[in-house]
Amino acid sequence: MLRNDKPRPGEFFQRDRSLHPPQYTPGYKTSVARSPRYALLSLENTISEMTGPVFGHNDIDPIDNDLIKNYAKTGDPIGERIIVHGRVLDESGRGVPNTLVEIWQANAGGRYRHKKDTYLAPIDPNFGGCGRTLTDENGFYFFRTVKPGAYPWRNYVNSWRPAHIHVSVFGTSFVQRLITQMYFEGDPLIKVCPIVNTIPDPQAIDQLIAPLDMNAAIPLDCLAYKFDIVLRGRRSTLFENRLEGN
Amino acid sequence: MPQPLDYLRETASQTAGPYVHIGLAPGAAGFQIFRRELGWDIAGPNAPGERIRVEGIVIDGTGSPVKDVLLEVWQADANGVHAHPEDQRRDQAAEGFRGWGRVITDFDTGLWAFDTVKPGPVPGRNGSRQAPHISLWIVARGINIGLHTRLYFDDEAEANAADPVLNMIEHVNRRPTLIAQRSMRDGSPVYRFDIRLQGDNETVFFDL
Repeated sequence: MLRNDKPRPGEFFQRDRSLHPPQYTPGYKTSVARSPRYALLSLENTISEMTGPVFGHNDIDPIDNDLIKNYAKTGDPIGERIIVHGRVLDESGRGVPNTLVEIWQANAGGRYRHKKDTYLAPIDPNFGGCGRTLTDENGFYFFRTVKPGAYPWRNYVNSWRPAHIHVSVFGTSFVQRLITQMYFEGDPLIKVCPIVNTIPDPQAIDQLIAPLDMNAAIPLDCLAYKFDIVLRGRRSTLFENRLEGN
Repeated sequence: MPQPLDYLRETASQTAGPYVHIGLAPGAAGFQIFRRELGWDIAGPNAPGERIRVEGIVIDGTGSPVKDVLLEVWQADANGVHAHPEDQRRDQAAEGFRGWGRVITDFDTGLWAFDTVKPGPVPGRNGSRQAPHISLWIVARGINIGLHTRLYFDDEAEANAADPVLNMIEHVNRRPTLIAQRSMRDGSPVYRFDIRLQGDNETVFFDL
């Protein structure tokens, strides 16, 4: 018989859904027809959930984390040069090493390089708008980019997105998979954004706002923002050496 | 005041938005930037097992296809082994088999498809055995936090009947929402798996 009973790293903490946006958030209109109506079925972890894809340095290139250079054709992109750096942690505060972090964003004018984006702000010929990196052995990561612009979108007549960078993180398991958005300290559009406001917990919103980090700025070159990302933690396996078959 | 419990709190999810392709599938957004995009090859060329295609559409509450969705796939190989350090049988994993993939839809029709190897059964909790299945994670504009579901195979009726997860679904009439339908096309097996976000026959989604 197939078994996976031997001692192993612990199962994941139950996800605290009270800090995440619910699926149905009428203020963000697109969610209305795309949100399940039935309750999610809660499932205890099996090997299918406790594993997930593993990435290595063969998958990506060193320049992939430099959005100022990774699509430069005739020069650098226009905009405020920034470093975005931080750490991927779990809820127990342990760094998550060697995990893939991917980002995407609009250019400094608020325009995406995407065939479906028709906003009137121009495409920047030197800016692709995406990057990726692996965290180091302690969970640290960094990107260089330009600060994205705010842009209007069709929700209410006059809805605008605050400047933001989309962030995708894997962790070590498929249950830790997370996509979120990073916002910038001091942006007045944050508090009027229907997408930010899908999050019911004010502290959880604050946790998405990256502070200006002057200590990581490079004088006469670029500013810096610090953004830590917390993934779900794992239980310790105290008193859990079950007898076979239990 | 008791001592503080000093756990960190998970970072809140936000929608992947309409331009998710820029970051995760830039070719679909309309440009080339990386040497190699990730997630297009789930099984590799040499993994043993039956080569299958899985396809479907994601349907919203109005009955319309969701054309800007992105799905991620996670599965075991044909012997039920995951390419992951915590799988005890990892050293038996098929050569070149990753088990992870990323799939986007056709922007006009909403149809998505991926090619892989049909997974084998995998261990369940407490010595049980899970029927062959593929884990799916779905993000899109309007989806505030990624949706987890599972795809099972209709030609595994016996294993499905004993599967501990399918059997946990109290409403028996919802179980078929997780079962893909097999057919043959040009001599190759194709499984159809439509995902309904809302409305009649809403797919079962999991809180993992």
